[in-house]
Amino acid sequence: MFTYYLDLARRSLRRTPVLTGLMVLAIGLGIGASMTMLTVLHVMTDDPMPGRSAQLYTPHLDPLPLDHKRRGDGPDPTADLTWPDAMALLAARRGVRQAAMAGGSLLLRPERAGLRPFYVAGRYATADFFALFGVPFERGGGWSAAADAADAQVVVLSDALARKLFGAGNAVGQTVHLGEHDFRVIGVTADWAPKPLFYADQTGTQYSDADLFFLPLSVAVSQKFQVSGNQSGWGKGDSMSLTSANMSWLQFWVQLDTPAQVAAYRQYLVDYSAQQKALGRFQRPPTNAKLYGLMGWLAHENLVPNDVDLQLWLALGFLFVCMLNIVALLLAKFLRRGGEISVRRALGARRRDIFVQLGIESALIGVAGGVLGLAIAQLGLWSIRQRPDDYARLAQMDVPMLLGTLALAVVASVLAGLLPSWRACRVAPALQLKTM
Amino acid sequence: MHPIVSALKHHKTTVVLVALEIALTCAIVTNALFLIGDRVAAMRVVTGVADHELVWARTTGLDLGQDTRMGADIDADLAALRGMPGVESVAMANTLPLSRNYMSVGAWRRPGDKKSEIDNVVEYAGTPGLLHTLGIKLSAGRDFLPQDYVPYTPGLFGSPDSKAPPPTAAIVTHTLAEALWPGENPLGKTFWLDSDGKEPVQVVGVTGHLLNPRITKYQGADRNMILPSTRLVGGVYVLNVRPDMRGAVARDLPGVLTRIDPARMVKAEIYADTIADYYHGDRAMVWVLLVVTGCLLALTALGVVGLSSFWVQQRTRQIGIRRAIGATRRDILRYFQFENLLIVTMGIAVGSLGAVGLNLWLMRRYELAHMPLAWLASGAVVLWSLGQCAVLGPALRASRVPPVVATRTV
Repeated sequence: MFTYYLDLARRSLRRTPVLTGLMVLAIGLGIGASMTMLTVLHVMTDDPMPGRSAQLYTPHLDPLPLDHKRRGDGPDPTADLTWPDAMALLAARRGVRQAAMAGGSLLLRPERAGLRPFYVAGRYATADFFALFGVPFERGGGWSAAADAADAQVVVLSDALARKLFGAGNAVGQTVHLGEHDFRVIGVTADWAPKPLFYADQTGTQYSDADLFFLPLSVAVSQKFQVSGNQSGWGKGDSMSLTSANMSWLQFWVQLDTPAQVAAYRQYLVDYSAQQKALGRFQRPPTNAKLYGLMGWLAHENLVPNDVDLQLWLALGFLFVCMLNIVALLLAKFLRRGGEISVRRALGARRRDIFVQLGIESALIGVAGGVLGLAIAQLGLWSIRQRPDDYARLAQMDVPMLLGTLALAVVASVLAGLLPSWRACRVAPALQLKTM
Repeated sequence: MHPIVSALKHHKTTVVLVALEIALTCAIVTNALFLIGDRVAAMRVVTGVADHELVWARTTGLDLGQDTRMGADIDADLAALRGMPGVESVAMANTLPLSRNYMSVGAWRRPGDKKSEIDNVVEYAGTPGLLHTLGIKLSAGRDFLPQDYVPYTPGLFGSPDSKAPPPTAAIVTHTLAEALWPGENPLGKTFWLDSDGKEPVQVVGVTGHLLNPRITKYQGADRNMILPSTRLVGGVYVLNVRPDMRGAVARDLPGVLTRIDPARMVKAEIYADTIADYYHGDRAMVWVLLVVTGCLLALTALGVVGLSSFWVQQRTRQIGIRRAIGATRRDILRYFQFENLLIVTMGIAVGSLGAVGLNLWLMRRYELAHMPLAWLASGAVVLWSLGQCAVLGPALRASRVPPVVATRTV
């Protein structure tokens, strides 16, 4: 029966090529526009650490004085930790693994002939960083906690930087001149760059950035390396020094495997804040301390620009108008076929049969519209990739989105066909047949 | 009741659907047109400098820890740049309009009185000749005199320069003058700078308009001052260049500067490109809005054509009868045109309410401006003309139905 209905639908659609083309175009445009923006939103809010994100948490404290007034346009100082707080959390070892980190951009003087000095962006981190995030290594590995304590001048390079500096040869064991100091290469990571770079400071461009080197945080602090990202100081005195208790600049992530560990860590943060308040360092309520999960933190940061959000709503509104358009056109088309439907009804087809037949016809339009929509969405995504925005290069469709496009197109057209089909299967056969 | 209205009552579902589609299109298109207008107006704001005569360059020293040393070489750099073919004049500034980097401070109307502080005032600073190089026109007062210039870099922390007091003369925009002394002549008046508001600065000139490096909610569009400085740490070189020579100057500039001091990186840019880059998001948004609006209108028009054709076909016999009993072709044409007008007007009535609602929602969610009601009229005009254009074809076809079909069975 299904193939018969399919054949009927095909014939009916070919009888009115203009109207059919119009409907396919309508659904194709609507689906194409919506899927372009849904794909952009999908890649922007995607899980940067699949399989690991549920165990990753970032603690936040509120060390600000009571009378601190946040500047209207400035970033939130409590988004980062101060040096003393980060070191205390690190020393407490309450998580399965934990690491403090900050971004930095250093001048690199290559020894290889023909390469001019250049600035390179990377990360200052503590030893657990690699195990915490499961960074894959091509060669060598990270450093130990002992190396952190000893201010060891060691560095881990990304595969891209290692290739640039040392070609195809083994980079491990070589020396790199970074920020006017010599560092021994102890590891080379395999291709690894979470999108977005969730552990980076929120003021950066998190979709296009990647770390090209990693070196011990303790070295960066003792050598007074330049730190990129927000450094919020408050109070008088040494508020602009990296080890100051009055300047936040460090990101901190911790691995917690069970809900019990999460609850315990949350309590620990409140207790720590209360202790600091008792010591007179913190002034605000200890319950201001927060523990965000990875996805929760990304939602809190709200990385999706307003313009992308607005364009998504615009596209969805457009899809809705397209559907209304199709409802009206299908209604006209189906009602015009009163005669044909009456003949089938008179020959014994039930209302349900007519309804299914017309539903299949709508679905067929949806399939054709979906294919067209897919092409339009690819065009739309291509045009987005040409934009200079931070997230532009990520605008690619993956398999789930591809299947989603077709599914959405069919669902939309079947929904649009519901009312017309229902109206059409209710025509009175006798009356129609009489006028024929 | 008018026959057109009673005829429509026989097609309630279809009429409601079309009216609804028009209402939605009206709501979306009106807001989209308003957004386009808003963005285009933002992109049209004049910078207050000679956009098409400027090239600028940023240098980064490769000798770490010796950034301040660069001050000594500024004169050599400026002289070399001045010697380049096509260059009219050269100066150094801390930043430029729409180049995104900015420093802002509080300006105090009374010394040390926190209550008199106007916060978030953008600081421009530049070496002698900056006004001439940028092409800034003063609406009152004078340019800086040689004795006004002191070593000063806005917002500099942790270097010997941070101890230096700001200059004692400033040129302010009209907007800043109005914020400090509403309705008064600012020339010769004094305001105070620094974190405690203790350093006096006298207004020597006023510019009609000079755009900020970044237009923000807090700093506004053009509330700023220009300060005279002999040397700036981390500043940029600005060159006033013959428009046709901009490309060549931007290309050769890094070579000229690295010949003087090779231990640095130089990035030169044509200023017109800087402006285009600043607005790239707005431009993308305008294009998206235009494309979606165009598709929406085309689709709505095609929908109207489809349905009108269907109705014309369905009513061929009735049209024949009307023609047979004396209706002219013109009457038939008018009938379909008026019917369309009726449906579209219903759609617009609902759509205008929707447009206002949508605007309120957008205002809450994205802090957009309030849409003046005049935009509703523009949306209505667009949809009325769209409906009339779309119905013309089917209506003409209807008017050509010969009276003789009345006597035939279809």
